[in-house]
Amino acid sequence: MKNDQRVEEMEREFMRPGHMACPGCGEASTIRLVLKVLGEKTIVVILPSCVGVISATFPNSTFAVPCFHSAFEIAAPTAAGIANALKLQGREDVTALAFAGDGGTFDIGLQSLSGAADRDDNFIYVCLDNEGYMNTGIQSSSSTPQNAWTMTTPGGRRGKKKKFMQIIAAHRMPYAATASIGHPLDLMEKVRKAKGIKGMKFIHTLTPCSTGWRMPDDLSVKAAQLAVETKLFPLYEVINGSEYRITHQPRGLPVSEYLKIQGRFRHFTKDDVDRLQREVDEDWERLLAQAAMKGCV
Amino acid sequence: MRQLLAGNYAVAEAVRLAKVQLVAAYPITPQTPIYEKLSDMENEGKLTGIMMRMESEHSAMAACIAASLAGVRTFTATASQGLALMHEMLHFASGNRVPIVMCNVNRVVSAPWAFGSDQSDSLSQRDTGWMQFYCEDAQEALDTVLQAYSIAEQALLPVMVVIDGFFTSHFIEPVDVPDQASVDAFLPPFSVATRFNIEDPAYVNNVVNPEQYMGYRQRSFEDMEKTRPIIREVNQRYQRIIGRGYGVVEPLNCDGAEIVLVTSGAMTSTARVAIESLREKGLAVGLLKLKAFRPFPTEEVQEVLKNVPKVAVLDRNISLGKEGIWCQELKAALYPLTYRPEVHGFIAGICGADVSPDMIEGMVFQALNRAKPERVPTWVRRDG
Repeated sequence: MKNDQRVEEMEREFMRPGHMACPGCGEASTIRLVLKVLGEKTIVVILPSCVGVISATFPNSTFAVPCFHSAFEIAAPTAAGIANALKLQGREDVTALAFAGDGGTFDIGLQSLSGAADRDDNFIYVCLDNEGYMNTGIQSSSSTPQNAWTMTTPGGRRGKKKKFMQIIAAHRMPYAATASIGHPLDLMEKVRKAKGIKGMKFIHTLTPCSTGWRMPDDLSVKAAQLAVETKLFPLYEVINGSEYRITHQPRGLPVSEYLKIQGRFRHFTKDDVDRLQREVDEDWERLLAQAAMKGCV
Repeated sequence: MRQLLAGNYAVAEAVRLAKVQLVAAYPITPQTPIYEKLSDMENEGKLTGIMMRMESEHSAMAACIAASLAGVRTFTATASQGLALMHEMLHFASGNRVPIVMCNVNRVVSAPWAFGSDQSDSLSQRDTGWMQFYCEDAQEALDTVLQAYSIAEQALLPVMVVIDGFFTSHFIEPVDVPDQASVDAFLPPFSVATRFNIEDPAYVNNVVNPEQYMGYRQRSFEDMEKTRPIIREVNQRYQRIIGRGYGVVEPLNCDGAEIVLVTSGAMTSTARVAIESLREKGLAVGLLKLKAFRPFPTEEVQEVLKNVPKVAVLDRNISLGKEGIWCQELKAALYPLTYRPEVHGFIAGICGADVSPDMIEGMVFQALNRAKPERVPTWVRRDG
């Protein structure tokens, strides 16, 4: 892509000022970047989630593109219904885009997401993962890390964070990727790629939440970067469920760097940190092996 | 052209003739043959639109809502548990003012597990803001689906067309399938504009405050009231172009009757036989078939029953703690009359249990012989 086109993308805005996100919200920044790439020919589906709040109340709208506030568990079939209507109308130049939180994706919306992936409906699904039900006031989801504090896991969450990209890969959709605001150009490149592919595209974004993660509101970008550089949230793509490609080589910082800036991990013992480090290292080795199979390291 | 069709297939023919653009479906007994028939039609190239094979009824309705908002004609069909699973989406559809047409094939709701016809599934969706039309046979099902599109798209409210599981859905009857040109003359292509206009972006289904929410509800209520003349006009136009029509109620021999039997759905056909037999025995018995449940045909019911001394209501459903649902609705409709008929409630045919003409005659005699109505309905069962 030509450089001036990238500049044009960077300069245009489809998210209006005055939105209702918390200061330092990682989701708001993610949405902004995604819409910069997709442009005006986009129909946005949102759900009850933080995005439902960010999008503002009547008669205001945060989005400068058409938007539908759908229901909690139906991001995928809603976007799929719109995508099929666009196909019937010969408007496939318009992108159907769903924004759903981790609750709407990992938990209540998993069934409908799976159905859309099976049908390979033509839309982009962006999961805004802030690792909990933050909109309703910081409750545990199946994306909340093990032993993290939330309002419903005051002693630390017992369950382990779902390895969601494995579920996505199992569906063998044409394009899936991880991304975050810590690496905005990588994120935008993945959205650009998704836009050019027919069928269902899934982008898993880690969206730091200063409110729920119990950290100062100027640390969201840093938290996102540390998640990547500690290999806790590596940046990669999965093509057709089998072809793995790592898009950023992490520095391999210790996970403690990521944990120590967040209050939700304050009670972690050395054992907790060591256990997480072992898990992260194992996952990284597995990812490297998957990428090596196709020579995409 | 007259064809031998089961009710489910008659519904599928109507969907084809209506040139529905998006069908989103999920299988459930006894609705499944509609989904299968539409799949056959798609396979043979007879269906103009897109079939979405969903992973649940909830998602089927979600897809219909989204596609309808995006400006295309949609259809789905379900029954029983599937309709119950959709419940949240039914509110969502009417609140978003989308003209979806759905066929619900009445089946009992679990527990215990069973499959027979029973109106409890659809009647328990009373307050979701959908119009509901109950059909007596396959012909009426086909005609009502076609009429439903015209009504829904003028009113911007969804319509549920209801047929009895197995009785109507699976019985094969002669059905007149209108030709495409006639249907095209009756039903123009979908013309409700997309709510997602790229050139003039809007936020659909925004968060509103209590005053605004109440305003939306009042507007929806008023628009549902306005469907009454729309339903009449659509039926007249259908009658003119296709040659058949149905009222929101159908009275038979009600003038001067000493008792009127009130029915809905497929049991009406059995009641016709029973009434004929009773009249041959010299009894002044009338029959009132109720087709519309929402909007409820209050004025039509009052007009038919205002001079009738006794009414017997036959319900294939039950609301625990009260009585049959049609019976409740009918009583409420009759209350404003100065001279109110006695209303006797009967529960029969729950879960598709047999209801014979003899049993219906028995109900009429019971009501006639009673000095006053019982507080609770009478359960009529073959095994007593």
